Amino acid sequence: MSTSMRPTTDNGPQRAPDQGEDPADALLLPVPDDDGAPFWEYAARRELRVQACAACGELRFPPRPCCPHCRSFDHRWRRMSGRGRIWSYVVPHPPLLPAYAAQAPYTVVVVELADAPRIRLAGNLVAAPDAALNSVDPGRVRIGAAVKVAFHEQAPGVTVPRWLLERP
Amino acid sequence: MGATLKDAAVIAGTGQTAFAKRLPESERALACRAIVAALDDAGIAAAEVDAFASYTMEETDEVEVAKAIGAGDVTFFAKAGYGGGGSCATVAHLAAAIATGQARVGVAWRSRKRGSGPRPWRNTAVQLPTPAQWTRPFGLLRPADEIGVLARRYMHEYGATRDHFFNVALACRNRANQNPAAIMYDRPLTREMYMTSRWISEPLCLFDNCLETDGALACVVVAAERARDLRHRPVYVHSVAQGLPAQHHGMVNYWTDDPLTGPAWTAARQLWKQADFGPADVDVAQIYDAFTPLIPLSLEGYGFCGRGEGAAFTEGGALEIGGRLPLNTAGGGLSEAYVHGFNLITEGVRQLRGTSTAQVPDAATCLVTAGEGVPTSALLLRS
Repeated sequence: MSTSMRPTTDNGPQRAPDQGEDPADALLLPVPDDDGAPFWEYAARRELRVQACAACGELRFPPRPCCPHCRSFDHRWRRMSGRGRIWSYVVPHPPLLPAYAAQAPYTVVVVELADAPRIRLAGNLVAAPDAALNSVDPGRVRIGAAVKVAFHEQAPGVTVPRWLLERP
Repeated sequence: MGATLKDAAVIAGTGQTAFAKRLPESERALACRAIVAALDDAGIAAAEVDAFASYTMEETDEVEVAKAIGAGDVTFFAKAGYGGGGSCATVAHLAAAIATGQARVGVAWRSRKRGSGPRPWRNTAVQLPTPAQWTRPFGLLRPADEIGVLARRYMHEYGATRDHFFNVALACRNRANQNPAAIMYDRPLTREMYMTSRWISEPLCLFDNCLETDGALACVVVAAERARDLRHRPVYVHSVAQGLPAQHHGMVNYWTDDPLTGPAWTAARQLWKQADFGPADVDVAQIYDAFTPLIPLSLEGYGFCGRGEGAAFTEGGALEIGGRLPLNTAGGGLSEAYVHGFNLITEGVRQLRGTSTAQVPDAATCLVTAGEGVPTSALLLRS
């Protein structure tokens, strides 16, 4: 990848500095905004939490400053059980960014949470928390399959939720 | 009811460059060529141009274009958001400006070198207008990956199959095979080619994806009163709409109660509310086809069939010439050129002038839509 494609600003995606020879070849790391930052801070503590309105109690995702139901600006982060079902999935093939092409084809799932089916999270379906992106045969993936969350330290200090089949 | 845009403005001229995987000229030069051609087509002098409209991801701006073509004093300029979702909004904004006396001669354009230039998704330093932190780290990198998730869910909920997506790809390719300007003019598509092609993002294969193209297009919009002075039969802008649904999230629309009800539904409600005719009266449709599944989703959204019936609608040659709804009659983004949907507007004009290379007999009404899956826009054109 050319140097011109590397991030040059503070709000560009950060990459793991110690993965591969060229940091530009690592998996992309989340670039939290102000509203999303607590999600990633809880993830680093291996807790899956979703933003909830402190006034009316409605969960909302992605996080945002104000409750679309009652306009309250007060919120808290409610812990989820980490169980859910595959709502849909896709299996990307190259051309992809180098780190993704190296593990393609891999499975990206969108999971609806058991605690709140209207809250859906995208993530990778893997065989174990630290396994490769392509560690589950895409042919085994089904919409509706039960999954549970796991946490993977993708770079020092940066943890992302991943998903494991309940019945692999 | 107060003022209406209905039939207040007409598309007076269109212009385009060649389409190719690689064109030598700059996007700016291509934009100017398309605009000059559109003004020639309309028979209107560049000095009369006093309005411009474009949409985001356009690299040429009004200042550069206006001074190059020799436009006059410009009193209206607007840029619609969301890339391909803004194509039809350009005509809508010009029609509104002209109908309210803000300008008299408007130009909308699109110039793009995506065939030879870099893909936007490869630029990791720029956040696309999506909540990237929730998707990109997991390898949902490209629009095809993002739409692929919705396509898979659609197949699951409604029994849509790859054959339905093939019906869309085939109709567009068949029309491109009739259009010498199309990238795929001399390359027929077969079911075997489709079913054995490489995956891009399962369930989407190569032929479910549009063509990345170099090229530029433009059109000229003037008041309907001026129609009799024009070089060609005027094409009336009958109804216009933009659409950003409640709780919509862009291309990664996974977080609403019903992700398969996209911006088309919102645009359609406004579009039909302002129109003298309905979906059953549309003679030909130019529907944004960056990916084949957008067609069944849009057929539902714009009311050509019921919820979940869009895939079945494509059966039996419905999208071919002579079918229920001839689609993307120049080949669309899938097989003519992907220029962020602007070629769908110009083909709509050709159909209503009677000059398409795949002419629908006596076509008098045409729906043109912009990108579905992002905040969108749409036009109803009539002759």
